[in-house]
Formats: sequence, C-alpha cells, structure tokens
Amino acid sequence: MTIAASAPTQAKARVPDSGARALVRRLFSGDEIARALVTGSAALILVLTALLVQELWMNSALPRAKFGWHFFVTSVWDANAGQFGALPFLYGTCVTSLEALLIAVPLGVGAAIFLSELAPPRLSDALTFCIELLAAVPSVIYGLIGIFVMMPLIKDYLGPALKATLGWSPLFSGPFYGVSVLSAGIVLAVMILPFIVSVSRQVLLAVPGDQREGALALGATKWETTWKVVVPYARRGIYGSVFLALARALGETMAVTMVIGNAPQIKASLLAPGYSIAAVIANEFTEATYDLYVQSLIELGLVLFALTIIINGLARLLVAGTTRFSVNSA
Amino acid sequence: MRTHLRMTPLRAMAAVMLLAPAVLTAQTQLTGAGASFPYPIYDKWFHEYSKAHPDVQINYQSIGSGGGIRQVTEGTVDFGASDGPMNDTQIGDFKTKRGTDVLHFPTVMGAVVPIYNLPGVATALKFTPAAIAGIYLGTITKWNDPALTGPNKGVSLPNSDIVVVHRSDGSGTSYVFTDYLSKISPAWKEKVGTNSSPNWPVGLGGAQNAGVAGLVKQTTGAIGYVELVYAVQNTIAFGSVQNAAGEFVSASLAGVTAAAAAAAANMPDDFRASITNASAKTAYPIASFTWLLVPAKIQDPAKKRILVDFLKWMLADGQNMTEALTFSKLPKEVVAKETKAISKIQ
Amino acid sequence: MTEADRLKVRRLINGVMLTSTGVCTVLIASVLLFILGYLLVKGARNLNVAFFTELPKPVGEAGGGLANAIVGSAKILAIATLIGVPVGFLGGVYLAEYGSRGFAFAVRYVTDLLNGVPSIVIGIFAYTLIVAKVKHFSTLAGGLAIGLMMIPIAVRSTEEFLRNVPNGLREGALALGTPKWRALATVVIPAAKDGIITGIMLNLARVAGETAPLLFTSFSNRYWSPGLQHETASLPVMIYTYALAPYDDWHRQAWAAGFVLLMFILLINVSARTLLARSRHGGGR
Repeated sequence: MTIAASAPTQAKARVPDSGARALVRRLFSGDEIARALVTGSAALILVLTALLVQELWMNSALPRAKFGWHFFVTSVWDANAGQFGALPFLYGTCVTSLEALLIAVPLGVGAAIFLSELAPPRLSDALTFCIELLAAVPSVIYGLIGIFVMMPLIKDYLGPALKATLGWSPLFSGPFYGVSVLSAGIVLAVMILPFIVSVSRQVLLAVPGDQREGALALGATKWETTWKVVVPYARRGIYGSVFLALARALGETMAVTMVIGNAPQIKASLLAPGYSIAAVIANEFTEATYDLYVQSLIELGLVLFALTIIINGLARLLVAGTTRFSVNSA
Repeated sequence: MRTHLRMTPLRAMAAVMLLAPAVLTAQTQLTGAGASFPYPIYDKWFHEYSKAHPDVQINYQSIGSGGGIRQVTEGTVDFGASDGPMNDTQIGDFKTKRGTDVLHFPTVMGAVVPIYNLPGVATALKFTPAAIAGIYLGTITKWNDPALTGPNKGVSLPNSDIVVVHRSDGSGTSYVFTDYLSKISPAWKEKVGTNSSPNWPVGLGGAQNAGVAGLVKQTTGAIGYVELVYAVQNTIAFGSVQNAAGEFVSASLAGVTAAAAAAAANMPDDFRASITNASAKTAYPIASFTWLLVPAKIQDPAKKRILVDFLKWMLADGQNMTEALTFSKLPKEVVAKETKAISKIQ
Repeated sequence: MTEADRLKVRRLINGVMLTSTGVCTVLIASVLLFILGYLLVKGARNLNVAFFTELPKPVGEAGGGLANAIVGSAKILAIATLIGVPVGFLGGVYLAEYGSRGFAFAVRYVTDLLNGVPSIVIGIFAYTLIVAKVKHFSTLAGGLAIGLMMIPIAVRSTEEFLRNVPNGLREGALALGTPKWRALATVVIPAAKDGIITGIMLNLARVAGETAPLLFTSFSNRYWSPGLQHETASLPVMIYTYALAPYDDWHRQAWAAGFVLLMFILLINVSARTLLARSRHGGGR
C-alpha cells in the first residue's frame, strides 16, 4: 500500500470524476440547485399567467359559443332573458377613461413641464414626491372621497354650471343626480394624474441639455424652447405615460363603481349614470345565478384583460426607448 | 445578518396572529349570505345566538337575495337567504349542483316601504297603487302629478322631477315589490313582471337595501323602496300605501301580521307563499315573508347540528327579538309547521 | 407686424403659457393635498380605541370597531408577501443573473403582461382556480390573489437592483473561486439589499389597498376569522361596504378605516423612499 492511500487525512489530489458520478455531483451542487430554483420560479410565473389566460378562456366558453361577435355590439344586458351584450360596459369604460385623459393629460403635462423646466430642483423634487405619494392612494379611498366629497361638489356646483352653459348640447343634457359618467371620469382623472406627471417629468428631465441650449441660443423664448424642442424630443415618453395612465384607468374598479351610477345604458349625456366593465364584474359576479350569466361576466373580464394588454404594450414600447426605469433616473 | 435578526420578533408576531384565532377558539364558524331585507334582524340574531352559544359563530353577509341563491347553490356558503323564493328552475339547478333539495324556512315578515327625500314635506305621503306603478313605469315624472297630489290634499308637493331609485343587484326586495306591482298594475305585469332583477324602465340603481337607502338619503326628490327597518334606522321618510281594501296603511307590525293571516292558514309545504296585496282591511299591501335557504342534506355533522339548533332557537327565542327591529313575528301556525319541517334536514 | 411687435407677442405667449403650467401644478398640488388632508382630518377625528379593539356591532347599533378587518388585512398581506415575494425575487434573480436569451425575453414579457392585468380579473382567476373548486371563500384565496399581483413588481425591482450591482463585485467573488450561487447569496444580493427591500415595501404599499380581488376570494366576516380556510374581514372591503350604506356610524368607521389604511401605505412609501435615497447617496457596498 502506498503512503498516499494509507494516510486518509492527507488531501486527495483532485482528479475530475468521470461519467455518471460527475453528472450526479453536478446535479446536486449548489449551483445547479440555485439555477433550478430561479429558473423554476421564472417558469412558474409563465405557468401562472398561462393558467390565468386559460381559466378566463375556458370559463367564458358558453357566451362565446352563444353570442360570438354579437357580444361586442349588443347593448342589451338582461339576466332574465339570458341576453348579454358588452356594449354598454365598453362604452362606459371607454368614455370615462377618455374623459379622464382629456382632463388629466393637459393638466399633467403642464405640471410636468413646470416641474422639469421651471421649478427649482428642490421644490420640484418635493412636489413630485407628494404627487407620487398620491399614486399610492388605493382606489377604494378615492371612491370614499368621491362619494362624500367630490360628488356633492360636482352635483352642487359643477353640474349646474355645466348645464347652464352647455346644457344645449347632447353631452350635458338630461337630469343630473351626482352619480354619473361625468363624476366617474373626474375621479379617474384625479387618480391617473400622478402617473402622467411623474413619468412625463422624468422623460422631460432626460432630454439632453444641449437641445434646450441650442434653441435658446437661437433666440427662442423659454416657452418656445420647451414646447417646440423639448416636448417633441420627449414626445414618445409622454405618449407612453398617457398610455400607462389609460391602462390604469381602464381597469379601475372601486372608485368607478362607487360614483358611476351602475346603469347598463348608453346615453349621449355625460350627466347620465353609466357602467364600466370592471364595475359590473365587481357588482354582479357573486350573484350571477346561472352559468351563462357568470361566464358572460368572465368574458367581460377577458375583454378588459385584452384591452389592458394592448394599451400597456403600446405604453412600454413608447416609454422604453426614452427613459430608463424610474428608480435610476433623477 | 442584521436584517435576519430583526425579522425574528416580526416572525413571532406573525405566528401569533396567524395561529392565535385557531388556538383560542375551538369554534365552529358557519357562513351564510343573501338577502339584505332581513339583514338587521339576522345580524342581531347571529350575535345573540353566539352569545348564548360561545362555541358557534355564524357569519352572515348581506349581498342581496340573488347572491344568496347563487352562493348556496354553488355550495360556497352553508346557507342562503332570500325574500324572493327560489323558482322551480333555481330549485332544479340546486338539486343538480348539490345533489340534494333546498328547503325554505320562513324567518320573519317584513314590509317594503316607499321612501322619499322631499325636504319641504313634513307629513307622510299617501301613495295609491296607480301612483307607485306610474312612477316606476316612468309615466309619472313630477312630484306634483295629480296622482300624487290627489290623495295628499293639503301637502304642497314641488314641481320637481322624481328621481326613481331601484335595486341594481338581484334582490328579493325587488321581487316582493314587483310582485305587488304586477298584482295591482296590468301595465306593469305586461311590461316588466315579477322578478328579482327586473328590467326597470327608469331609475338609478343602488346595491342592496343599504345602497337604495343611501342613494335616496343623498338625492333630493328621490323615491325608493326598502325594508321598513332601513327607513326607521336611518330616519328616512316613508309613505303609506293604499291596500286592496282601499285603506291607506302605513307599514307596521300589525299591518304586516294582518297581511300574513290568510296565507298562514294555507301555507304550502315548501313555505313559498306570497302575501302582497292581501285583502284584509288592515293589511299592509307590500309585505313579505323572508326565507333561509338550507340544503336538505348537510355533510358536516357539526354544521348540521348547529343549523338545526339555530332554526329551533330562531323559532323560539329569536321570534321575541323581531319586533324591536320592526319585523313581524311568524304566525303560530307557520312556526308549528316549520318546527316539523326542521326534521327534513338530514 | 414688425419684428419688435412679434417679439412682444412671443414674450407674452411665453409668460402666459409658463404661468399656466404653474397654474396646472398648483391646481394639481392643491387638489391632491385637499384629498389627503380631508381624509386625514375626517379619519383621525373618527378614530378611537374601540376601532382597533372591538368587533363590529350588530347592524344599526352605534359603536364597535374593525379590529377583525385590521387583522384580516394583515393576514392577507402576510400571505401575499410570502407567496409573491419569493417567486418574484427568484424570478428577478433569474433575469439578472442567469437569463438565457429567449426564455428571459419571454419571462420579462409575461411579467409585464401580468403587471397590467386589472385587479378584478385577478380576482376572477383566484375565484375560478380556488374558491369554486374548494367550495368556500378563504383568507388563503385572498392572499393568493394579492400575492399574484405582487409578483411582477418584485421581479422587476429585484432585477433592476441586481443589475445595478457593479460587475466588479461579481467577478471578484467568482475570481476567488466562489461558486456562482454562493457569490450571489453572499456578495451580490446583499449589495442590492437596500434596493430589494425598498422594492418589497413599495410593492406591499401598492397592494395593501386592493379591494376588488378580495370581494370574490376572502369575502368578508362579521367576526374573527377562525383560520386561513375561512372568510375574513379586510379594511378595503369594509371601507367599501360601510361607505355605500346609509348608517352614519358606518360612514364614520369607513373614514377611520380609510385613515388607518392610508397611514399604513404612506408610512411604508415614505420609509421605502427614504431608505432608497439613503442607500443611493451612501453608495453601494
């Protein structure tokens, strides 16, 4: 026996194992376990999302078979007759979101311009911090404030003012009870403002200084520089923020259902009550008494899902090119 | 490493929070859901029952009769509640999904009252059947319509729009209300009919009795229909309704009891009886039983024991608590019949 | 128009437009401050000890509290964190440290997809997947729904902060012969620790107020929830229920609940951001 073999305490020379043993050792080494763990988690995310889509798809089979494309153009939602159409909810969702954008985008971009171009940095940071905190306020609390604070104000002041000035137009015709598409749009506008301000401000800040300086050197006023040079440069990012805000508005449930009036109808007037996809699901899901009814609601969920995917996708495409993810900038 | 140590107290707290309720309470909790019509008395009952039986808690959620029927049919709750009895299709559905029959157990009788919000009007308004039907059909649109000013001479009604409020969810209260409207208005019967989710010709929707009460309370010129207790607890004005005998009756314990008198004598075995538009002189016309929906066969022996015991308690002690909350007690004949029916629960 | 006149007009427009952006900002800031202030004042006024310690009283009786809703929310968030954060964290580690071209792209894409799913749709999913199959509502189902919502943010923030760790650190560890997993666990991840914790906190703050998914999963409870397999009250659901009811006492409790929820969220947000700012200025390890 050699000395090496009879001295177990002596360190063995590291000779690579061969074949099967090597494989087994590799498989159970820390690295492989770690790799398996993280890859498994990543795969799990894929699986869960696939499962989500599958569950939505499978559980909306009945109305898809029964109504087909008519589901999207029928405005009748009648649980008694078994007739379900998505139109009133598509209408409500789109109108309230559009309304929210019309209010929030000018205000939000305007504020973003102020915060990025005009305000002193400390003030800008402080105000942005406050505005971003408001993005953290949950929907149900906006709903609470919507019902008890905003709606009475809208009902007592804004509504009559609108009726007095614009009552002749179909948009502001008819009686006004507070709960309405108008109120829902305004609450949504307040909710999406922080996103627009925050992201637009970041993209504006990311515009290189020489763009501004070049314009100013040519004799442009500050506003002209901002509006004709800086903002167009940051255009994609701003559109991105708008789409992000839109995606958020489309899916909003609680605040909307608390102030929209929950009436499945399509009326030209903004003062009339309406309904949105998310709101009808929240209200009717636990009481839909038969399968076609439940599945129609699930199909509505699928529609909402598809809508938000598309809008979010557009948003990401637009924002990705212009600014890095928020935590790294400013 | 520092973060690791700091987490330990948090973990301990988490453990306590998650485990404590299970450890402290060797309790059984049942879940029921459904009608908002009897919610105030049910909530009171379940609290009192729990006080008397500390090892039992019955969690009842007021999500509307439609929700009660759906959830008990799906089996996600132990019992349901509804003031619109389940129709034959729904009963068949239940049998298919749950493999057993559903039993209706009347619990109390209540009144559906027309609530309204007219700040300038101090006296209780009188409503004729035609007026109520007209308002909800949308043919009567102003408060100073002759149909309303006629019976209310001496009350100055404003020339403003009537804001109609109804239920947005599947509702037993709506069922009772439309059942009444169908009986007194052929136009209603043809156009809308009796339903827990009617196709309302006009109006705003509120969720559950609470939502309708809330909307009416906030909206000047609004009219709605809720169970009496919601009007009383929230001091909302409600009117009297003209019954089949021509009398204007304001909802009361006596009025509802009178309405049930005829039905009590001829109660069908499944207890599904309507008492709207009763002919008695003092009867309140929009009255109804409300039912607990219990599966005939209950797998869990503990839950079965509790439900059976609760039903017996409800028919005895429970009945003594109803009047304080303006619900009428069940007639003696119904109680007797029900006590026998409890044995149907396997 | 002369050059001088045109200049005057341009200057005028300049003044007007810039002022209007200031006006926008003031408008937004004041609306938002008003909202916060109103909630804080109204909520704080209606807060009392009973709110934190008592169960709801029978309908129509004044008093009582939402102790069960506070604990219920805590339980749901705890479950959500236990489910969402590990999966999201490990997924983020995969994307930052291990990602293979095609698969990583798919994971990123799908994560973004999941992030955009409206919460009500997540609620439907949790209902069909769990509640409908086990035939009862449960705290667990609610926690799972919320946990699902936490995954995408956890992935993105973990990946982001890991990518920020300088490569020198990784390479240094590997050069010393450390296996990759060990380098990650003892060097890279601790270096990104502050950011990752911040990410978790912001994530938690985001989902703390979610109501819609809970409506069909954890339902609600008038009493203490006996266990994870049972329904539970939660702050957001109770705010919703109480706000829509006609009882003034319930409205008061809704404001108090809103205050507690908002304070919780704001406190987490502020601490997270301060932690982040401190870590960025203090420099990485």
